[in-house]
Amino acid sequence: MKNLWFHLMPYKDLPDNFREEHPSVWVDIDSSLLDSKRVHQHYNEFLDELEFAGEAGFDGVCCNEHHQNGYGLMPSPNLIASALTRRTSAPAICVMGNSLALYNPPTRVAEEFAMLDCMSGGRLIAGFPVGTPMDTIFACGQNPSKLRERYYEAHDLVMRAWQEPETFSFDGRFNQLRYVNVWPRPVQQPHPPVWIPGGGSVETWRWCAEKDYVYSYLSYFGYKAGEATMKGFWNEMDRLGKDRNPYRAGFLQFVAVGETEQEALELYREPAEYFYGRCLHVNPKWASPAGYQSEATLRARVQSQVALAAQRSAAAPPNAGGRRAAQDWQDILDLGYVIAGDPDQVAERIREVCVNLNVGHLMLLCQFGNMSTELAQYNTRLYAERVLPQIKDLFDDQWQDDWWPKPLAERATPRASNGARAA
Amino acid sequence: MPQEHTLDVGGHPVRILEDGHNPAAPPAVFFAGIGGLPQWPPFLSELAQTRRVIAPSLPGFPGAEHFRHLDSLLDWIVQAVETLEALDALPGGSDGPVDLVGSSVGGALAAEVAALAGPLVRRLALIAPFGCFDADEPAADIWAQVPGPDTIPNLVCEHPACWQALWEVPEDGDALEWQVMQARAQEAAARLLFPFGDTGVLRRLHRVDCPTLLLRGANDRVLPASYNARFADALAGPVRSATVADAGHLAELDAPEATAREINAFLADQGL
Repeated sequence: MKNLWFHLMPYKDLPDNFREEHPSVWVDIDSSLLDSKRVHQHYNEFLDELEFAGEAGFDGVCCNEHHQNGYGLMPSPNLIASALTRRTSAPAICVMGNSLALYNPPTRVAEEFAMLDCMSGGRLIAGFPVGTPMDTIFACGQNPSKLRERYYEAHDLVMRAWQEPETFSFDGRFNQLRYVNVWPRPVQQPHPPVWIPGGGSVETWRWCAEKDYVYSYLSYFGYKAGEATMKGFWNEMDRLGKDRNPYRAGFLQFVAVGETEQEALELYREPAEYFYGRCLHVNPKWASPAGYQSEATLRARVQSQVALAAQRSAAAPPNAGGRRAAQDWQDILDLGYVIAGDPDQVAERIREVCVNLNVGHLMLLCQFGNMSTELAQYNTRLYAERVLPQIKDLFDDQWQDDWWPKPLAERATPRASNGARAA
Repeated sequence: MPQEHTLDVGGHPVRILEDGHNPAAPPAVFFAGIGGLPQWPPFLSELAQTRRVIAPSLPGFPGAEHFRHLDSLLDWIVQAVETLEALDALPGGSDGPVDLVGSSVGGALAAEVAALAGPLVRRLALIAPFGCFDADEPAADIWAQVPGPDTIPNLVCEHPACWQALWEVPEDGDALEWQVMQARAQEAAARLLFPFGDTGVLRRLHRVDCPTLLLRGANDRVLPASYNARFADALAGPVRSATVADAGHLAELDAPEATAREINAFLADQGL
């Protein structure tokens, strides 16, 4: 299996009274909370942490895209990825991803991803999320009724731009380009592996199956909440006659590793409560603009809510389904948002998660909330040295990862800043 | 009791509801506001006491599922014009200019039809029409609302029970389908108007030289009063403006008799 190291790049100075005094971490978050001098420090610390993870033995390092967001400081993930191409030798640089409908024209994604693939020597994983309503509709002004149509058209344009040898015209509904001929093109042929970070919609699953893309469920609520979605995904793959290769799937999991369980419980409490208490404090008015969800998804959700309400009993845990985030450390642990413990405990639980959810690409959050670089690197090192060896062989005797970068055998190494070649 | 027909407009089926009869007056054609018409409202029964009233469904509103083929504002305007032209096919026909009444979202399209297909319209009545925006006096963002069954009714009506009555699922109705229908109508409004409701129609209203009535509910929480005034300033023909008391954005739901009275008086006024 593959273990990738994911950074959200949260702003670490949201005040203690953030939930009470501010309506939202996203879209219209108060700019007076922002100190750009601190963001300068953050970016450099976060890049240190990503590079550390790459050297520690993770299979890949990941960044993602959010806009006007206090828990995600990467409106341009490509800038972060480009900084990483020179400084990390991690086997994969996973941009998770470019929210396709937000790039005008979409060939910008084809161009920048091609640059990243060339700069990294063929190590790019191309992530194409649709994007959250907060990012796409309210921060970037996309029409909720047209977002998915724009996304699919943008995807088609990017994939053609990478693969058609001749200059071509693209006369689409939303994009009209007379001369498409991107330079450069990716190193990886026919294109870098494509991963789709998605929610739980059947259409996304079917599309991933049709296109042979990895479906990545990037939930912040961990493996218990994610189980129903991943079961739904694999049921759909069965129905479509696809094999159960776990490398068709990706999943996000927060981890907190200590020398002992007690140490883990003490060290990671504060950053976890910071993340779940402040970072996920989103004004519900941003959450569901009409048209963002397809009608099919809306029908399914209404039907399942009706069924759930009918079945709900006093015994059902109040946060079942993870719809309202727990903020207390004990609840966070009980609900599986964060897997915490000593290395053996974490390894055992991770193995169970990957087997039960049938996931071959696990994206780990070892830095979360207002966690310091020192603690993030401690977590990372313990995971890499003591957890990873126990689990990395999972699936390899049975399945091949056909969705992994195929880098150049020989890659350029950066010179030192004094002009000398690296030894 | 209103009659129901289905016409083909632009290759897609469109429900037409109609009632009333008066061969001496042109029919009043109604383009509905936010949410559309899941059923015939009391306001149209009031109007239908004095004339024929025809309510074609706008794309995406209840009665016309197909709207995602409409990409540009021009696509929507053509659809609206062709809807009026299609009314000729109704039993009893409908030739000659109509009196066009538009509320809210429907008002935005009614104004465009009057500007660009003037010969189809004898008189124009607009109830709190979308179409312009002022960042210093912003319209409410009808798509950034806390989810829940009371949010939209409280926003668009002074008396939310009027909305609830219009959206009460009949005994033989499917509650899930009605929920989908309402979400679809909100999406259709977004497809046409997101993010601001600013269609640029003010640049075209100099082409409207027919008499126009501009109404708004006194307690409209969606569009500021100054927006109707901007319409009034831009229109070329004679303009009458009035406020409906004890009514919100969808004044015709909150105060059906008062709204119908204003419109009937305007449409019948020989002095304009």
